[in-house]
Amino acid sequence: MAVDATGTATGGGAAAAVPPPGTGGRRRQVPWLGLLFLAPALILLGALVLYPIVFSIVRSLFDAGGETFVGLGNYGRMFTDHDTLIALRNNVIWVVVAPTIATALGLIFAVLTERIRWATAFKALIFMPMAVSFLATGVIFRLVYDQDPAKGVANAVVVSVHDLFNKSSEYPGAFPRDKKALPAHDGGYETAKPVAAGTPAMLPLVGFPPAQLPDSATQAKAAEPSSGLSGTVWLDFKPGGGGTSGVIDPGEKGMPGVVVQAVRDGSVVATATTADDGTFHFDSLSGGAYTLLLPQSNFAEPFNGVLWLGPTLVTPAIIASYIWIYAGFAMVLIAAGLASIPRDTLEAARVDGATEWQVFRRVTMPLLSPVLVVVFVTLVINVLKIFDLVYIMAPGSVQAEANVLALQMWLVSFGGGNDFGFGSAIGVFLFLLVIPAMAFNIRRFVGER
Amino acid sequence: MRHAILKTTAVAGLAVLLAACGGGSSAPGGGTTSSGEPSEGAFPDLSGQTISVDAVWTGAEQETFQKLMSDFESKTGAKFNYTSTGDQIATVLGTKVQGGSPPDVAILPQPGLLNQFAKAGNLQPLSDEASAAVDANYSPIWKELGSVDGKAYGVWVDASNKSTVWYNTKEFDNAGISSEPQTWEDFLAAGKTLADAGVKVPVSIGGADGWTLTDWFENVYLRSAGADKYDQLSTHDIKWTDPSVEEALKTLAQLFGDKTLIGDPNRALQVDFPTSVTNTFSANPSSAIVFEGSFVAGVISSSTPSKVGTDAKWFPFPSINGSSPSVVGGGDVAVAFKDTPGAKAFLQYLATPEAAALMVSTGSFTSANKNLDPSAYPDDNSRAVGQAIVDAGDNFRFDMSDLAPPAFGGTKGAGEWKDLQDFLANPNNIQGTMKQLEADAAAAFK
Repeated sequence: MAVDATGTATGGGAAAAVPPPGTGGRRRQVPWLGLLFLAPALILLGALVLYPIVFSIVRSLFDAGGETFVGLGNYGRMFTDHDTLIALRNNVIWVVVAPTIATALGLIFAVLTERIRWATAFKALIFMPMAVSFLATGVIFRLVYDQDPAKGVANAVVVSVHDLFNKSSEYPGAFPRDKKALPAHDGGYETAKPVAAGTPAMLPLVGFPPAQLPDSATQAKAAEPSSGLSGTVWLDFKPGGGGTSGVIDPGEKGMPGVVVQAVRDGSVVATATTADDGTFHFDSLSGGAYTLLLPQSNFAEPFNGVLWLGPTLVTPAIIASYIWIYAGFAMVLIAAGLASIPRDTLEAARVDGATEWQVFRRVTMPLLSPVLVVVFVTLVINVLKIFDLVYIMAPGSVQAEANVLALQMWLVSFGGGNDFGFGSAIGVFLFLLVIPAMAFNIRRFVGER
Repeated sequence: MRHAILKTTAVAGLAVLLAACGGGSSAPGGGTTSSGEPSEGAFPDLSGQTISVDAVWTGAEQETFQKLMSDFESKTGAKFNYTSTGDQIATVLGTKVQGGSPPDVAILPQPGLLNQFAKAGNLQPLSDEASAAVDANYSPIWKELGSVDGKAYGVWVDASNKSTVWYNTKEFDNAGISSEPQTWEDFLAAGKTLADAGVKVPVSIGGADGWTLTDWFENVYLRSAGADKYDQLSTHDIKWTDPSVEEALKTLAQLFGDKTLIGDPNRALQVDFPTSVTNTFSANPSSAIVFEGSFVAGVISSSTPSKVGTDAKWFPFPSINGSSPSVVGGGDVAVAFKDTPGAKAFLQYLATPEAAALMVSTGSFTSANKNLDPSAYPDDNSRAVGQAIVDAGDNFRFDMSDLAPPAFGGTKGAGEWKDLQDFLANPNNIQGTMKQLEADAAAAFK
């Protein structure tokens, strides 16, 4: 309230203070002289700010061609058009999440760097992304989020951490030659028909590059008929093709190290591992009616990382890159605010026995809150008009899921839509959203003067 | 510098020589009209006249076109004033026409522009001689493509081919695929064989770029529904809910819906076009087949260790239900804005096999000129690409999405691009995809 009062008072005072220098000791001057001096600024403001605003508002009341008056039709469309609604939802997420995290991180960095020796170097490092344009940031982060762990650092980290705990399988992606004889079962493959001891089972697999077989693999061969259950798991494909499928041809190698489980009545009764020629034996098992299971652990695909720029994660991923830029901005402003807090207040609190946390909570924070609010509101304004990062980072297939209002405005008016009426309506709506934040900031500035 | 000039001249000279041979052999074809024969005497003396030409080409492409202008200069004595408009040719020409000073000749990269200017009455119809040269040297479809309301305005200087399926020869050898797939069934079978051989994503799809998917659809549609339906769908005379669209999407779903052929569709949707090519032709490729236009060759040469013609080859888009050779593509069309003798004669010249031979001599362009001697091409690859265009004859069609309003056929994340991306993510949803396509098309075509 006090701020409001001073704000209005100062504002009124400033307005009242303008005439005296002109009048001086003489009589009142003709008003046109003042207007003449104001004219350049007025013309510029009128032409560059006022006219476009008014024109946009008028244009938003007309259809795509600009000839038919549609009233508030374009505004109604804004809240029924599916893509625009998604853009609106994303804008809400942006406005809530991005300024909050950026301000919080900025505060943490600012408070922590106050106490370290290399504060300036550290601050410079955090602030540096501010020097990078949104376009360049977008390009950089598209690479960071690349789905291929060999290119994208985000997935490289995720995959290395994952692989520390889960070893990848020996034959990722391999699948049976005949999916009817060896249908899928819990991610692995199980024989459709029971296998009897004495007749070796043939389990041909494909879908694995022959060149990537272990060096120890040798020419596959049928298991020796014996009294026990036995068989061969081999790669039924030789480089250059040819050969008969389901038959061990010369040049087709066994697949060593495949785990084979013998199953009876739904429970695993024995486990064997294939030899270098692909053969396996369950010497202890005799009789019939076993099925053979090649469990999933043999074939699990390697973990390929997260689809950062897929439909679900794209907005958080882009927000993270925004924070990378703006945390430094928040830090610098907050650090300046911190520096202006009178030291003696803090000292007094410490002398009175306050802990550091109490000093921060009860003294620093209240004194810093005006700065925090300004930083937050500035970021809100900035986030409302976010465009470039989303446009550059979101792949075409998920652009609709990552859409924000500023981008949607551009898309419907210039990006192929050619509907300037609808585009203007979105522009006016964005303008309305920014006004409260602007008004708030202007009031604050006036109040501080 | 001097060396370069000498070399250029030598190549140009050689090309003219070859073209002359080609022209000779083609004489019977053009025999019905005397002006169809490329003979120097056919062109009037134009000394002292200047022909202004506007085109989008810069750099190497401009140099190629410069050869044609030099050749025409030496034949007629006319001088040229070439202006490159950059990508904004529609704006530049529109402004010039409004200002009352259009160029004599312009080369338009989009068929839509020819329509636009012709309908506005800005273009001069082809002279009888130029018209006869087009008749003699091109398949009738090309005259039609350059005509508006039955009047011929344009000469197609070059044509591109977007019906080429590129494959990694090593992967094909490794999998034992000895012959290039001819039919859609062969194509799918080849993909399965590649999967058996351990290729993780046999067919690489650049789904992050919507235009690659529209090209898939257009090629399948042209073959499964035929050229007439294709024309009707291009102009939205039939709806996207037409049974023919359903059939094409069903055919496409045989590919898109098979994870052994294209891998995880959600990952395919993250792959942009250049990556789809490098995935197929890098040193350690994860794919073996990638479909797109003849410009794939450029990406292969610039960003992969593979060599076009040995490591990387292509076959024409497979035939569906016995369809005859068809090509989806594009091209550049020369039109006259002014009724000057120079403009008339130059358009006539551009329709000759001689001009086509110079145009293709650097490997940057391919031509639809059927009387062009194939030996004018500098390499086997561009020769085969050009041959496929000529072989398609009247089954050549323009890229449908280029003909549609940009809101439908040319906008990232919207319209046909987005709808087909959603289709790739969920190939079972054929009915929903058709409805969405029709809704978007209806909004854009109104």
